[in-house]
Amino acid sequence: MAEVLVVVEATKEFGVKKVTLEMLTLARELGTPSAVVLGGSGAAEALSAKLGEYGAEKIYAAEGAEIDGYLVAPKATVLAELVKRVQPAAVLLASAQEGKEIAARLAVKLDNGILTDVVGLDADGTATQVAFAGSTIVKSKVTKGLPLVTVRPNSVNPTPAPATPAVEQLTVAVTDADKLAKVVDRVAEQKGSRPELTEASVVVSGGRGVGNADNFKLVEELADLLGGAVGASRAAVDSGFYPHQFQVGQTGKTVSPQLYVALGISGAIQHRAGMQTSKTIVAVNKDGEAPIFELADFGVVGDLFKVVPQAAEEIRKRK
Amino acid sequence: MNIVVLVKQVPDSGADRNLRSDDNTVDRGSANNVINEMDEYAIEEALKIKEAHGGEVTILTMGPDRAAESIRKALSMGPDKAVHVVDDALHGSCAVATSKVLAAALGQLNADLVICGAESTDGRVQVMPHMIAERLGVAALTGARKLTVDGATLTVERQTEEGYEVVTASTPAVVSVWDTINEPRYPSFKGIMAAKKKPVQTLSLGDLGVAPTEVGFDGATSAVLEHTKRPPRSGGAKITDEGEGGVKLVEFLATEKFV
Repeated sequence: MAEVLVVVEATKEFGVKKVTLEMLTLARELGTPSAVVLGGSGAAEALSAKLGEYGAEKIYAAEGAEIDGYLVAPKATVLAELVKRVQPAAVLLASAQEGKEIAARLAVKLDNGILTDVVGLDADGTATQVAFAGSTIVKSKVTKGLPLVTVRPNSVNPTPAPATPAVEQLTVAVTDADKLAKVVDRVAEQKGSRPELTEASVVVSGGRGVGNADNFKLVEELADLLGGAVGASRAAVDSGFYPHQFQVGQTGKTVSPQLYVALGISGAIQHRAGMQTSKTIVAVNKDGEAPIFELADFGVVGDLFKVVPQAAEEIRKRK
Repeated sequence: MNIVVLVKQVPDSGADRNLRSDDNTVDRGSANNVINEMDEYAIEEALKIKEAHGGEVTILTMGPDRAAESIRKALSMGPDKAVHVVDDALHGSCAVATSKVLAAALGQLNADLVICGAESTDGRVQVMPHMIAERLGVAALTGARKLTVDGATLTVERQTEEGYEVVTASTPAVVSVWDTINEPRYPSFKGIMAAKKKPVQTLSLGDLGVAPTEVGFDGATSAVLEHTKRPPRSGGAKITDEGEGGVKLVEFLATEKFV
């Protein structure tokens, strides 16, 4: 069977990201999964056990400052060379900022079609995408070149299929044109030990009704009890209650967790666009007419400052 | 500094948006057509740079005739002029072909700096800045929440999942911005009146040296096979808190096995 290249998303702190495991699971349906690690020195070594656990038969690695000292372009160059050499059945990347950007450059280099926000991929290359904030389901296909798709986190249930991958170091042929955008610093901002927003199975979000930045502790507490990530509506972010990278909505992150808890969020279209494909939605809002209740599988009309602490206490009791 | 801002006309993200049943393209007739929201932040950033460093701001739009409305709206914020790439053959173009057309237009505009929104609210594909940079052989500084211009050196803070990256490049470059970068100005009455007289140049595919077969449905590298509307969600149980709301909430979570 032909290889399927899966471009690995990982972080220093948490290692291989869940979307990578989803892509490896998806790749097994299409051919033989090969993971591609594009990062700093020693990146592949640290990730190989996990990648093997989910079925990577081979790991291609391009590592070092030449690769991760610049924005995206060197990664696309290395990947394009690899694609030309191994002629894979498909190339999968994560449907997040960097994955989409690498895919964008790859598409131009290879004059190849590209599909983003893919939630399913058939063996014949037919992809399922969600469009317009989850309101439209699209079946589509790359018609020129190989299936080059970016996969949306939380689309596939990752399942292990142990393999013992050999690591092949790629010789990097990065050109000066790939080194135009230099990364001079990487700064980590607060997140703590919570799962990443787009990958989390549970997301607890706060809106304008949370009132101020300090009160977001309530949202964080419930998130921690449920093992979830914290999100925020645009109103909450614009009011300075919570940092922008946690914004869920049309102009923020799109999330699709098993459980979404909306606290003090009215449910404007802007917000619904980022969360309405969540499996189960729960809402607490003092306004019984708030549109969020049209989406919620379970809604509590009430004061979140009473309901949430009581819910937190009840969860602790049951643990 | 010669700055070009990419502006896309999109169906209003607050309205019910659809794909057309006849050719699977975005239905521009069913919703109001507006400037892609993120592009307003790109325009604002360009105007701020011009105010601080001098130069000229040009709007570049590829789109059908009706996109002219959005071009005037963009000009009313303050840019100097606009270029509208319009050609019937462009209908149905994929992202790869679109980047070819925009790169060809930019090739004629000699921009030091191209600024665009990080993504459009219709496709949310987020690929255009890097596709264009790849074609032009210039730097792409994408996902900026802050942009600093110091002579020919650009520095951005790029928003990432973990925090941010500081990335630098020399002009010419493409920069894409998120809505955290600034607060776009509202067009003044004077600005709206002035926009009516600002020059808008239209360019056809012929003017750009791009063959009609390279774009539109003929040149598309991907195709939509079918599309369906997902049935709208319906609300479930809604209770009013009478002192036990938190407990009842957890009972629901327990039946769904989240607790």
